[in-house]
Amino acid sequence: MEWMTTLDSPGKVFLLQGNEAIVRGALEAGIHFAAAYPGSPSSEILTMLGRIADKRGFYAEWSTNETCALEACMGASFAHARSLCIMKQNGLMTVGDALHTCGLSGVKGGLVLVVADDPSAHSSTNEFDSRNMAVSANIPMLEPSTIQDAKDMIPYAFELSEQLQQIVMIRTVTRINHGRSNVVLGELPKSLRPLKAIGEWDRFVGINWFHESQWEKMDQAGEIFEKSPFNTYEGPEKPALLIITSGTGRLYSREALDTLEEGMSVEVFRNHWFHSREALDTPEVRNKIGILSIGTSWPLPERLVLGHAKKAGKILVVEEVDPFLERGVAAILGKEKDFSVEILGKGKNGVLPRVFELDPDRVRNAIAKALGVDAKDEVPAPAPAAGVTARELTFCAGCPHRATFFIVKQALELTETQGVVMGDIGCYTLGAQRAGHYLISFLGCMGAGINAAEGLGQLNRFGFDQPVVAFSGDSTFFHSCLPGLVNARYHNANMLFVILDNSATAMTGFQPHPGIGRTAMGHPAEPVSIQKVVEAIGCPVTTADPYDVEGGIRLVYDLLKQPGLKVLIFQQPCVTAHIRTIEKTKIWVDPELCRGDACGCGRFCSRIWGCPANIWDDANKRAAIDEVVCAGCGVCVSLCPAGAIKMVEKEAV
Amino acid sequence: MSEKVIPDPLNIIICGVGGQGNIVASELLASALVEKGFRATVGETYGASQRGGSVMSHVRISKTLEYGVLIPQHKAHLIVGFEPMETLRIARDYANKETTTIFDPRPNYPLGVLIGEAAYPSLQEVEDELCDRCGFVWKIPATDLALSTGNFRAANIALMGALTALPQVPVEAADYDRVMAQRFPEKVLAQNQEVFVLGYEAMRELLEMNR
Repeated sequence: MEWMTTLDSPGKVFLLQGNEAIVRGALEAGIHFAAAYPGSPSSEILTMLGRIADKRGFYAEWSTNETCALEACMGASFAHARSLCIMKQNGLMTVGDALHTCGLSGVKGGLVLVVADDPSAHSSTNEFDSRNMAVSANIPMLEPSTIQDAKDMIPYAFELSEQLQQIVMIRTVTRINHGRSNVVLGELPKSLRPLKAIGEWDRFVGINWFHESQWEKMDQAGEIFEKSPFNTYEGPEKPALLIITSGTGRLYSREALDTLEEGMSVEVFRNHWFHSREALDTPEVRNKIGILSIGTSWPLPERLVLGHAKKAGKILVVEEVDPFLERGVAAILGKEKDFSVEILGKGKNGVLPRVFELDPDRVRNAIAKALGVDAKDEVPAPAPAAGVTARELTFCAGCPHRATFFIVKQALELTETQGVVMGDIGCYTLGAQRAGHYLISFLGCMGAGINAAEGLGQLNRFGFDQPVVAFSGDSTFFHSCLPGLVNARYHNANMLFVILDNSATAMTGFQPHPGIGRTAMGHPAEPVSIQKVVEAIGCPVTTADPYDVEGGIRLVYDLLKQPGLKVLIFQQPCVTAHIRTIEKTKIWVDPELCRGDACGCGRFCSRIWGCPANIWDDANKRAAIDEVVCAGCGVCVSLCPAGAIKMVEKEAV
Repeated sequence: MSEKVIPDPLNIIICGVGGQGNIVASELLASALVEKGFRATVGETYGASQRGGSVMSHVRISKTLEYGVLIPQHKAHLIVGFEPMETLRIARDYANKETTTIFDPRPNYPLGVLIGEAAYPSLQEVEDELCDRCGFVWKIPATDLALSTGNFRAANIALMGALTALPQVPVEAADYDRVMAQRFPEKVLAQNQEVFVLGYEAMRELLEMNR
């Protein structure tokens, strides 16, 4: 909803998503340049920036990977452009070297890096805490605790970046990026600041010569953070319990005080609830607890933390994923002579779990534990009665990956050997699950599949003769498989590299990539042909349509029989991205031709093929198509042994 | 501000399966509320939702305070379910004896059920358990209503219409007209408005019949 982010109406209130708020913050900061690689929960930011870039006069690109994005921003910063770089936590891991050298060199124009973490790994393979990277790279970091903060921190971070001449990182989490709340808009600049020419003796070099001055910037950041408006305290002067929190923990903690107080007054009335009423003189939780919310998480404002800690009876640290603040607070207090206070937080013996995201119940329980009271819910819920089954993820109806995994599974079975399939990151990661017949047995970060396959592909000298297959999507191919393919080709690994080219970065919402022919700003661009790249590297390459299942099985079987490196590109556009073109066909089951369980196919379409549109009509004991779900690809038509599934053009219906 | 008396915060959960229009529905509802001067928050749990997973949005409404985007367990005042089993899944964690639940009884079968490894509960079982957990349970055939206009993708809008007919929610049909007009092109807007009214009327009829 990028139109809301461009309105020149300061003071107006809108419901904005966290990612929309970040976009608005970028406009208010007057950015010149934005670059990103898609990754949930950050992907919407550059999608929106791309759509409005022309209108607002800045540049935005979907870079080929996160390192390209960050280093492009460093280049733009060299000419004093304000540059915004966006990625998810895994992306940050891949830019480690670039980030560390950027920290050493410092920046010219403001450079702000937004990193979206995904606690609980809702749409990730892991929940790495990227805050640790700010410590390692020795750069300042902020954490918004509300959607409003997410907007306000962007201009603040740009000012800070230019004041310190240093890159500034902002760590968000899924509940900020994908949360929505009221946001008050600020002012938009009338025009963008002019850039500066790079002079003969201007330097932007990340060498160790600058290590001490990098530390001095951190000292300066620490001083600024002592007075930052993003660090707030609410509560009594001398709290029995001081909650130190960052990110989502602030609002969860605030609400927990209400719900605990509610629960306790009910229980005091019933006169039997908390185990140690002595722990509290009165049931008024609010008078006992203070909340210190830290928005400037690195370097920590040491005097601010120490000042509050010294007045507290006990400390509870509430934060998402790693005990990052907790360690920081412990380090500050540990340096203080003759001072000791109990710090509660995460861990095996902690009051908060050390994995997964926070939620209001977890925080409430942690506060209750810290206070030594019982936080049990008042009303016990009834026991489950009906059978609710898991809703596991699967490929969309009509997804070409379903056909690809079926083909590779069948072809591997024909070889009568135990094939090994290496996965990668994208929708096809589901190939590790039922949707892909559990084919994938190796899964690492982006680009890991082809490299691991190259390793296995060298083991024939030890008698290792299992067929090795590596998968990559089209966007992943450009992102991180190119060096791996060069490596595999140069060392002639025994492997089949299958590129699943669905003309989309589908998993994250169909962002364009270099093979698409369209940029983030909607401009046409000459696409980079995957096939030509593979050929130029010197690999034998075949292309095929995965919707031709029978032909695909024969082809993959043949390729698996050949020694050395083979590359196969399966080309078929993502059905969800291109749904409007495909909806023209109607698929249906002819109940006269479908013989149900008498067929002997074992209900192939609904049980083995596994497309959500191929359902079983239990009343008539026949296969059926769920017309609401069916995308009309027609692959099941070609697979039904009885020829009972029919396809017609919708116009002809 | 509305004259309807509502709890503060008012907690609404919208749940279903990826692709059913859950996010759009929660965004419309919350935007309509913000336009009316409320503080609203939405927490969207979608993850890899386009791949057929469970999806839910938490919408929280207050006159004064900003709340965290997640609703505590068993604190939902209203649950809007786009799919029966998903409605029950969410009710188990978030409903209490005063919760009002509206759901579309049309099932969307998970992979395990299609493959025959798991059974899908009967509609009666789902309904019985929902009634056991919630104060009020209403069935709105939203997909059928949407299909009757030739636009099955608008089942989410039918359910928003039904939700609007409930006395607990401080928005009116006209508020939706405004926010929908900001978001949809003319043709889609007209289709959505048609479906919205069908949902609204279906709920009104149910309320009348049960007075």
